[in-house]
Amino acid sequence: MRPEVALPILIPLLFGAVSLAFWRSQRVQRWLGVIGTGALLWSSIVLLDATRRDGYLIMHMGDWAGPFGIVLVSDLFGAIMVVLAAITGFATALYSLASVPRELEKFGYYPLMHLLLAGVCGAFLTGDIFNLYVWFEVLLVASFALLILGGERAQMEGAIKYVTLNLLSSVLFLSAVGLLYGLTGTLNMADIAWKLGQIDDEQAGLVTVISILFMVSFGIKAAAFPLFFWLPASYHTPQVAVSALFAGLLTKVGVYALFRVFTLIFTQEVEFTHTLLLWMAGLTMLTGVLGAAAQFEFRRILSFHIISQIGYMILGLALFTPLALVGGVFYIMHHIIVKANLFLVSGLVYRLRGSYELKELGGLYRDMPWVGILFLIPALSLAGLPPLSGFFAKFILIRAGLETGAWVAVGVALLVGLLTLYSMIKIWGEVFWKAAPAGESAPETVERRSERSRGRDLYFFYLPIAGLAVLTLIIGLSAQPIYVLAETAAGQLLDPAGYIEAVLGVRP
Amino acid sequence: MDTIMALVVGTLYATALYMMLRRSIIKLVIGLILLSNAANLLIFTAAGLTTGAPPLVPDGASAPVGAVADPLAQALILTAIVISFGVLAFAVVLIHRAYEIVKVDDMDQMKDTDT
Repeated sequence: MRPEVALPILIPLLFGAVSLAFWRSQRVQRWLGVIGTGALLWSSIVLLDATRRDGYLIMHMGDWAGPFGIVLVSDLFGAIMVVLAAITGFATALYSLASVPRELEKFGYYPLMHLLLAGVCGAFLTGDIFNLYVWFEVLLVASFALLILGGERAQMEGAIKYVTLNLLSSVLFLSAVGLLYGLTGTLNMADIAWKLGQIDDEQAGLVTVISILFMVSFGIKAAAFPLFFWLPASYHTPQVAVSALFAGLLTKVGVYALFRVFTLIFTQEVEFTHTLLLWMAGLTMLTGVLGAAAQFEFRRILSFHIISQIGYMILGLALFTPLALVGGVFYIMHHIIVKANLFLVSGLVYRLRGSYELKELGGLYRDMPWVGILFLIPALSLAGLPPLSGFFAKFILIRAGLETGAWVAVGVALLVGLLTLYSMIKIWGEVFWKAAPAGESAPETVERRSERSRGRDLYFFYLPIAGLAVLTLIIGLSAQPIYVLAETAAGQLLDPAGYIEAVLGVRP
Repeated sequence: MDTIMALVVGTLYATALYMMLRRSIIKLVIGLILLSNAANLLIFTAAGLTTGAPPLVPDGASAPVGAVADPLAQALILTAIVISFGVLAFAVVLIHRAYEIVKVDDMDQMKDTDT
């Protein structure tokens, strides 16, 4: 019984409830936001440290032993994801202090942010498949409300697509859980994996059908090809702090679920399922990056790049060798930090220049070279230039691809890396390098009016951006310890028997 | 019984998806409602149908006697109903607000954020 497993879920829930009690006082809510996410970060680091030392940490809810009660399981992969979620949450909470307009804060921005983080951490830590569905819904409901905060036309249009496709995905997930329960009579993931290991050949086909249902459902959540259309339609519409939080975390919950389900539960027909995943990965990478090439709005370009990066992570899962999984885990670590940071930079540019349209921007490097540097670190890391974090992530994946002889996938991955660089250079050239367009000033918006009337400084913009940039540099410059961590996590993923033994206490 | 339920569930899924593919946002929400009900019935059926055998423990015994209905599937459905109720309430408010702002009930007119 390890209570620290429950802390990353309880802390944001508690702070969410307390900030609801201070509904009228935004000042208290704001600082509760920072303290709450800070506490979450602390608890997640404690959890990661404990998991690294002691292996699997298990907590039986209500002291009901598995497989009967709901069980929380922290393996290394889950603990790493919780730390990343906490880092993103903390950075965006700081960023929100300055970037979210006061007029919108009072509609429960901070309580919703806590609820979202609780849902995300719950999804990473649960060992029960129906509980995973519940956490998905918790984070979805919070994300719905955050997405439409502000109520502008684009947000409404984006939200309808986002809500519809995500609900469709949830229903598919629920249906798959129901069928799986009918087949195995259990909901505990370890128990399901064990029971499916002993299933007779007659029902093997049904298991594969259910696995495809899971693949489609999590594919929608992860925004994989051809299921990603909700993402570019909605991610550029909300407040930029919300965009950053979504970009860092939400699709990665889908990727996490794919990793969990297709390493632990559905490993019966690797030949078929993981080949399908390989196609999915390649096409996701390509369509994402080509979509980005056609865009000329800062956040839309970044949104399409989320999709192409998801492809790399799924590639790690699809190749299904130890090294490939290490690459996948490493890629997720690198990506969450870098992608959230790029969105934060786009918000800073908007704050300074009042636009996301590349055409209306320019000359920022001449005026503020430091902002240019802060953009270049995550941008070049995303494209995979050494010695930044993205280089090592891509290097491991491509090496794994070459070892398994997946030449086409490797070729696609390299090409997509090059096109990512093109996109980032495009932003660099348009926003920072070219001369500022002459003429009319940026349109007056709600945010800008309230920013000016408050006259808040940019401190809370720079702090999280610089912090995440430093993390990117650390991952890049001291890749060895991070690699070892990812290697251990991938080792656990490839050893379902160890997971089952930790949860149920019997070795299959 | 199972066959009838399978047909009902299949029809519900088909109807729901058909409604979701229409252009009107009202029909879209009706589709979502039907879809969540279809999933609930699917769980109910997949977990096995037992008639007239509630999972009650008789006096003096420590476990129910004989084959009884599976209470866990019903607990799942109850949870799923509550969740889908909350989420669909949000969806209804969302399409109402969207209609007020965009002034159309047609998905084809809501393409500003695509591309």
